[in-house]
Formats: sequence, C-alpha cells, structure tokens
Amino acid sequence: MVDSQRNVIQPLDLAWVESSRVNLPAVQRRAATHLKRRSVKKDWQAAWFLRAVTCLDLTTLSGDDTETNVSRLCFKANNPIRQDVLESLQLKDLKITTGAVCVYSSRVKDAVTANKNNHSQVPIASVAAGFPDGQTPLPQRLDEIKYAVEAGASEIDIVITRSYVLSGNWQALYDEVAACKKACGNALLKTIIATGHLGTLTNVYKASLVSMMAGSTFIKTSTGKEAVNATFPVALVMIRAIRDFYQRTGYKVGFKPAGGIRSAKDCLSWLALMKEELGDEWTQPNLFRIGASSLLGDIERQLYHFQTGRYAALYQFPMS
Amino acid sequence: MASTAASVVQTVTSKTEENNTTKESLKPSKPTVSQIFKTLEYGPAPESPDVAYAWLDDHHRSFGHFIDGKWLNPEDRKRYDSRCPATGEKLASTVQGNQEDVEVAVSAARKAFVKWSALPAHVRARHLYSVARHVQKHMRLFAVIESLDNGKPIRETRDCDIPIVIRHIYHHAGWAQLADTEMRGWKPVGVVGAITPWNFPLMLLIWKVCPALAMGNTVVLKPATYTRLSALLLAEVCAEAGLPPGVFNVVTGNGAFGHNLATHPDVDKVGFTGSTEVGRILRQATAGSGKKISLELGGKSPFVVFDSADLDSAVEGVVDAIYFNQGQVCSAGSRLIVQESCAELLIKKIKERMTHLRLGDSLDKAIDMGAIVDPSQRKSVDMMVQEAKADGAHVYQACACMPSTGCYYPPTLITNVQTVSKIVQEEVFGPVLVVLTFRTPKEAIALSNNTVFGLGASVWTENLSLALEVALSIRAGSVWVNGHNLFDAAAGFGGMRESGFGRDGGKEGLYEYSVPAWLTRPRPVALKDFDAKAFGKNVAPRPLNPSNSESHVYNNTTKLNGQDVPSIDRTCKMYIGGAQKRPDAPYARAVVNPDNKTIGQVGEGSRKDIRDAVEAAHKAFPGWGKRAAHNRAQIVYFVAENLELRREEVASRMSEMTGKSLEDSKLEVDLSIQRLFYWGAYADKYGGTVQETNLYGATVKVHEPVGVIGIACPDNWPLLGFVSLFAPAVIRGNTIVIVPSEKYPLSAVDLYQVFDTSDLPGGVVNIVTGSRDHLTKYLVDHQDVEAFWYFGSNEGSRYVEHASAVNIKRTWVNYGFERDWADPAQGQGEEFLYHAVECKNIWMPMGEIFAN
Repeated sequence: MVDSQRNVIQPLDLAWVESSRVNLPAVQRRAATHLKRRSVKKDWQAAWFLRAVTCLDLTTLSGDDTETNVSRLCFKANNPIRQDVLESLQLKDLKITTGAVCVYSSRVKDAVTANKNNHSQVPIASVAAGFPDGQTPLPQRLDEIKYAVEAGASEIDIVITRSYVLSGNWQALYDEVAACKKACGNALLKTIIATGHLGTLTNVYKASLVSMMAGSTFIKTSTGKEAVNATFPVALVMIRAIRDFYQRTGYKVGFKPAGGIRSAKDCLSWLALMKEELGDEWTQPNLFRIGASSLLGDIERQLYHFQTGRYAALYQFPMS
Repeated sequence: MASTAASVVQTVTSKTEENNTTKESLKPSKPTVSQIFKTLEYGPAPESPDVAYAWLDDHHRSFGHFIDGKWLNPEDRKRYDSRCPATGEKLASTVQGNQEDVEVAVSAARKAFVKWSALPAHVRARHLYSVARHVQKHMRLFAVIESLDNGKPIRETRDCDIPIVIRHIYHHAGWAQLADTEMRGWKPVGVVGAITPWNFPLMLLIWKVCPALAMGNTVVLKPATYTRLSALLLAEVCAEAGLPPGVFNVVTGNGAFGHNLATHPDVDKVGFTGSTEVGRILRQATAGSGKKISLELGGKSPFVVFDSADLDSAVEGVVDAIYFNQGQVCSAGSRLIVQESCAELLIKKIKERMTHLRLGDSLDKAIDMGAIVDPSQRKSVDMMVQEAKADGAHVYQACACMPSTGCYYPPTLITNVQTVSKIVQEEVFGPVLVVLTFRTPKEAIALSNNTVFGLGASVWTENLSLALEVALSIRAGSVWVNGHNLFDAAAGFGGMRESGFGRDGGKEGLYEYSVPAWLTRPRPVALKDFDAKAFGKNVAPRPLNPSNSESHVYNNTTKLNGQDVPSIDRTCKMYIGGAQKRPDAPYARAVVNPDNKTIGQVGEGSRKDIRDAVEAAHKAFPGWGKRAAHNRAQIVYFVAENLELRREEVASRMSEMTGKSLEDSKLEVDLSIQRLFYWGAYADKYGGTVQETNLYGATVKVHEPVGVIGIACPDNWPLLGFVSLFAPAVIRGNTIVIVPSEKYPLSAVDLYQVFDTSDLPGGVVNIVTGSRDHLTKYLVDHQDVEAFWYFGSNEGSRYVEHASAVNIKRTWVNYGFERDWADPAQGQGEEFLYHAVECKNIWMPMGEIFAN
C-alpha cells in the first residue's frame, strides 16, 4: 500500500458514533461459529502459518528488557523459521520475516543497532504515549512518540485515555489521537483501544470509529496488560468498524489483535476472520498484524511437524 | 544437527506427497505451499467417512427394518437406495416396507407396551439415560452418517444436530424419572406411530421418540425416504444400550407405507413432522379414529429487523436463519421484514456476506452450506425462484464457491416482491430469502402475521420494550430476540395456524404423548357411510312444538289471581357481541322436556349467526387478552356470585327442562359455581414458565390464548358442561362462540343475563343456540376460528377432525363418548388448560458484560 492510501485525519462524525449498536450475545454466537466454520489443513495450513509469521509483531515489553534480549528478538524477527524447514518447503526465496518487532520507546535504539548488525529491514514498532495505561499528561506522551520516531521507530503503538471512552467524551478522544497522529509524522499510527477496559462492546465499536476518524493506520485490541485481551468477539466488533469505515470513507485501516494469542491454531482462525469479514487484502502485513511473543515458537513447531511428522521439542528452535 | 534434521525433513517429504496423492479426487490441481502462501486460499478439510463406511459395510450396505430388537429384511420387497447428495454415491440399499411389515412392527410395539408402560419411572429413566450415553459414545459416527446421507455440512451435524439429540435424550431421561410427580394424573397413550422428515433426520425423530418413551409409550418410527440411515443406526444403538425389544422400532417405506402406519387401528398416537400438505392428509385419514395426533408442519417465518438493531449481527442472524441447513428448516427465517430506514444498508451487507459463503462436500469441515437433499428438491426450489424471476422479482445469488457437480443451490436473496408474490407467501424450503419493508412496528407485526403459517419468528432490535411487544404480537410457537433457530430440549418447538399443533420438547411436549389417567382410548365405531360434505348442512329435523300435535297446544300461559293469562313471553335470544340478538333468520326451536312437553323456545341459529358471532369474538379478542389476569378472574368470580343469586330459579328451570330432580339440579348449579371459582383461580396462575434451556438469558414460555375458540356443549350436564368449557377458555384470554346443549339450552341461555350483570365485556362469550351439528359445521369451516371443542356425536367428532384439516385447527372431541362433568378428574384440570392455551417460547439472550 502506498502512503497516499493510508488513512489520514478525518472529521469527527459524532452522529455516526452515537448510532452504534452492538449486541453482545449475537456477536459471541458469530465468533463461536466462526471458529468452527473454517478448517485449514496440510499444505494449506503450512502456507497459512507462514503468512501469519509475516503478520507477526514480535514483541517484548518488559521491565527487564535490555540490549541483550532486544537484539536476540530482532535477529529472530529476521529469521523467524528454521532455515532447513524453509528449504524443504522450497520457500527460502520468499525471505520470510516477521511484520515488525515491537519494543518500548527506550529500547528502540537497541533495536536499530541490532537490525544494523543483522542486515535486517524488519520495521521497528514502539509502544508510546504512556503505555500501557495512558495515565500520563498528553505533552509528555507526544514527546515520547517524537522520541521513538527520532530513534528509528517506523510504527508507533499508542494507548488511548480510557476515561474519555468511559465518560463518552469522544471529542477529547478524537483530539488526543489526532495529536498523536501528527506527532507520528510518517510513522504508522497503531492505536490501542484497550478493549478490556471499555466496559461494553458498543464502547469498543465507538472507540474504534473515533480512533479511525482521528487518522489511525491500525487499530489494536489491547496492550496485553488488561485482564481481557484479544478475544474473537471483541475483534469482530473492531473489524466491523473497520469495514464500515472503509465503506463510508474509502480508507483501509489495519487491525492488530494483541495479547493472549499463543497457539498456532489460533492464528489460522485470526487469518480466516480477516479473510471472511474484510477480504484477502486484510490478510497482508500492511493491514493485519498479530501482537505476540510466544506464538512464533508454536508456529515453528507446527511447521516442523508438517514437514517431518514428528512433534518437536522447544529447544530445537532458536529462542527469541 | 542442522544436517540431520534436514535429512529427516527430506525423507518425510516424500511420505507427505504420497499421502496427498490418495486424496487426489478432492483437489484436481494442487497448488504448492508457496502459491498458497501468496493467495491464502482455502483447501479441502475432509472429515473421514471411513468409520461410517465400515458400519455400512458391516450391514453389507443393505438394511431392513429394525423390529422387536432384531433386523428384519424381507426378501421380496422393493428396495430404495440411499444416496449421498454431495456426490450421488450410493450409500446403502434399504427396504420399502408393506402392510405386513406395519403389522409386525405395530404388534411388536403393542406387546412391548405392556411391560414398558408398567416399569417404574426410575427404570425407564435409566433406559433413556443409557441411550443418551450410547448415542454420545457414537456421536461422531452419527454425525458422519447424517452428513453423508442428508448432504448437510459435517460442522452442523457435529456441532448442532447431534449435540441437540444427546441433550434431548438426557433431558427426557429426567422427565421419565419425574413422570409420576410432574405428570401426575396422566398416563401413556399406547403405541406411537412417528413419521419424520429428512431435513434434520435424527434430531426431529428424537424429538418424537424421547417424550414418547419417557411417558411410557412404545414407538414405531418411519423415517423419511431420503434419510433413513441415522434412524437405523439409532435403533441398533438403542439395542446396544439395553432398550427392551419392541420399545423402539424403525420401519422404512414410502409415503403410502407411512399412511398405513398412521391409520393402523392399534396405533394410538401419530406424531408427524413434515409438510403441511401431508399433515393435512394424515389429519383427515385419522379423523374420528380416537387417535391422538400432533403435527409440526411448514413455515414462512418472519425475520424482523428494526433500525435500532445491530445490523451486522442481524446479517449473521440471516445466515443462521435461512442459509443454515441449506434453508431446509421448517422455522427458516425466510421473510426478511426490515424497517425502510435501514433496508438498503442491511441488504447491501447481506449481499456482501453471501459472497463469503462456501458451498461444498458435506464432509468438508470448511464449508458453510452443503448439498440439497435430493435433485427433486433442488428442482422444486429452483422452479419457485425462476417463477418469481419471471414475475419481475430481482434475484441475487452469490457465494464464495460452489462445486460444479452435486446437488447444490446457491444462497439466494429476492427483492422487488410484495405480499402478493407467491414466493413471499409459500414455503420454498431452500436457501431463498425474500425481503419486505415496513414503516412502523405496527406494520411490522401486521406483515409478520400476514401468513397462514406460525412456526418461528425473530425480532432484531436493541430496544427491549419494542422487542417484547413484537415477540408477543407475532403468532408463532418460537420467537427469538436477536437470534434465530435456537433450539433446546427444555423449550417446546411447534406451530400455530397451518404450521400445525403440539410441541416437541419441554414439559409442554409431554402432553402430546399422554392422556388423562381416567380416559381409555376412545375406539369409536367406524362410520361406514360417513359423508363429510353432507354433514350438518341442513338443520336436522326437530320437534316443532311436539305438544301441538298432541292433545293440547303449546300455550304460554300462566295463572294470575286464579285466571289463565298469557305469561309475559321471555324470548330466549342469541347472545352476540354482548347483546341479545334475534337469529338472522328468525326461526324458533322448541325446547322439549322428557315428558315431551315444550317448555320454551330458543332461536334457531344459522351460518349467518355464526358469522356474526365469530366477528364479535374477534372484535373482543385483543382487549380481552390484554386485560390484567386479575381482572379476568374477578369477572368469573362475579359470574359465580350472580349465578348463586339465581340458584333456585336456574335449578328449577333445569329440573323442568331435563326431568332431573330439583335437588340434583341444585347440585349442578352448585357444582357450576365451584367450577367458576376453580377457573377464576386459574386466571392468574397459568401464564407460563421460565424454561431451563442452554441459553444464557431467559427462555420464557408464555401461555398465550389460542384465539377465537368454537365450542359445542354436551347434553348430559346442560349447565355444568357449559360452564366447564366456557370458563377455562375465557379465563385464559380466549374469546368464544359457544353452542349450548342442543337438547337443553335454557340453562345456558339463563347465563347470558348473568354475564350481562357481571361486567363480562361484550363479545367474549357469544352464545348461538340451535342444531349442534349444523352450527358445528359452520364453526369448523370458519377459517377465522382457531380451535374447536366438540362434545356431541361420534359422527360430529369425525366431521370436526376431518374438516379441521383445511386450516389445521386444533380440535378436542369426545367421539360420542360422554364424560362425567361432575367428576373433577374429568370436568376440570390440566387437560382443559392444555386446550385453552398456545405455548410460545420467547428466547431472550442476555449479555453486555465482557470484561471490566
């Protein structure tokens, strides 16, 4: 996708926001049957796993992150699947990497260094703007975004101020996200709406819409720190908002579920959900990302099993 | 280490390829992983049919009947090949039974009934529990067999049909255990003949078999022709579970064979699910036989969307409503009734959604829709769609993929149709949705009810008060709020109007397989020369003042101060719409006492009076139903109070009219007053229950009024019979047209003055006097009378059941046998409530909380 097609700041349409209606039990029913309606097996499964890898934001967001583990993460992001497995699948030419690495703003410089040492082009995403709770004054949050961008991050994962959603102050939410958008410059803005803090799915839908109106490139479910993270019902609501937004404005906004996605099988359902609800275009890394840290290990094991028929031990794969 | 791993990888590669070649038939040109990586297409995800094939092979792919715990495969019968609709492949040969086979099966069931019905409730419960366990054990085999034989997706049989079947058996093991307490006063009917359809072969047969067995009946089941295999498998599994021989028998055959089963004299109850057309035939064929019958028939269920709905969820609801099971669902939401203000947007969303639906082999785990059951069915669906197209309808068909061979039909959406369009009125029984728009909730309800059917409905809105009002206003047995096609064993499923009567599931379903304990199955004398066309057509010959032809003339005189003077004539009129009315054709009918003396005259009612009375009853119905139950109770108590004031007068007239002693007549008045109290008490104590389904939310069974009920009263208790029938009907919110005892009508006529002084609103009770059978004919033939209760002759009972088939009325007849109205077991109780209400289950999913 060329930059000119990326979402830009749109006017805030409050009437649209207020007309939102979401029925939780019906959404849950749809989400539950989605998981049963699509099954991907054998060669298809292997191919889908690889596609999932390319959509992965390989993440470390921990208080004890240092240059050591960030570097290891960046090397892994550039070589996510064991070479011999890729060779046997005749996929070495595809030069598969993850979609990005995702780190704290203070660790962006470490990631830049690691990428340089590893000849890696994998984009560096930085969480910013008071991650994870957003309880930091806006000027400092905007400064953090600018800091991360200057340090070399090309994608910024911001968090929103939950109180704006819970009090129905959509104007304030819009203004905040739009300010972050401006602070990002050319970097992609991925807005974490922290669904687990929003109380109702109707709020999830409204927050999604306002975030998109304010120019988000992606909307993202969670920080991974809330009690409820990326569930399929929540995702369905955000995806429907993305579809409505596209149909009304012509702009395609990406989706990033994050938090709690650990099994390879899950990522097949995630890809299928994007394919069913938004179409094939939204299964590419420019419009779909999965935020995860341990998922890659399971995918690698599944691919190994596909090739050998043997279940793998974790120690067989280079850790990230 | 790397090199070792690589070599392992290489050797296994060839093995993988080998595996893949065996499945070559499913993927003609297999893309490489690298290609799939780029396209992210779906591949085949087949469920293996191997175990199902092994079961078929165990039977040499040839099945007979399963009777009395054994396979019976007579050699000289015709055969029917069961085929897989997805591929056309022959699965097995089955037998086409004949009359002899019906005899064998019914007599086995009759024999088994003796022991089975006498078992302690707990033992029957253990049997059903065992069946549930065994079906659960073999659940995947059932799912695969069902999917192969019917063409429906394995996902549906695996996640819907079979789990519902298992839940149903467990639930009814519970009813078997509780039969003595929860169904006290009821007993089994006897031998049940069950005839079931092909759309949910195992699920719908289990809906009949479970309540039948739980209540102590034995069953002879005839599954649909297209789909016999799962029923045969079930018979085998039941035997494995230890069910005694003869308790559950499966016979296979064509439609005529089913007819023979239903009409077999030793079948006491017919349970049928299928088309309205066949339901009608069965109702007529069993008319006057004394058999119980329940019919679960067709539908054209509305799917009502308001602009206050979550439209994206409504779109998924459409998928569940009309594309589930290829639309071959009797409660399919086939009429989308959408508010004008959001119609365009909703239709756009549905069309988009349709493009993602995948059609394919029923055993593929990644499809949304499978094959239509049979080419003939596919043809019928297509014919209706093509006809609509020719009439100017806009037909939109789309899907993500559809196999080029096999019996498939694409999801279809039809616009530019209106209420006059045939495709809007008639059941298609395929994946075809028609769209109508409305402006107001009132219009939405009117459109929803503008159909001869009344099976299911769904309402989509986030506005709770709107949802409830619409749910209560739509005539249907099941109404889903923000959902469609939700089923559970604890909630009865069944229809109103031409969708049939009776419920499958829930406590309400048990009554279909039980009779009052005092009742022995009526076996009326077969009427050789019964002519339905002639019945009741003319007023029967009647004594025209018999006194006139004797020594004296009927003269209405009385003594005043020792002088004969004409008494002030009390002209007994009809009571219609709360007013005393002369007959449309003002003829009088003499009321003659056992001494052959005319003691009074009543109006001779005709079809015109029936017409007027039904109209008055309909006018009163909405208001009466909406009154607070407390208010209805008060009125009935008031009637009792006022009747007591006139106790002596009513009793003496009764005594004079019937020849009954004055004491006995007073007793009848007293019993009538008691009965009014009994029913007054029930006015606010039978509104329904909360059903314990698997739904997170509330499933509420509402006991709605049936509507306008026609009643023909017995002669043996002229007042008590009348009171025992009118009161339960009226306290449950029905309005009635009632024909009092033909012989002794004066007691009932006395009552209208009581009604007038008791605040009973006009039109709730309409009394038409005259010839019972003449008036019965016109009431039963009236399309706008929802039910008919008849206590008269054998011939009249037969007529009522026969003629009710035209619009599938609910009926209650006595086959010419009297009941003792003074006995509380016979003259009041649950049987009356059963007939006075319709069960509607309203499903209200709940939930807003998902996280903090």
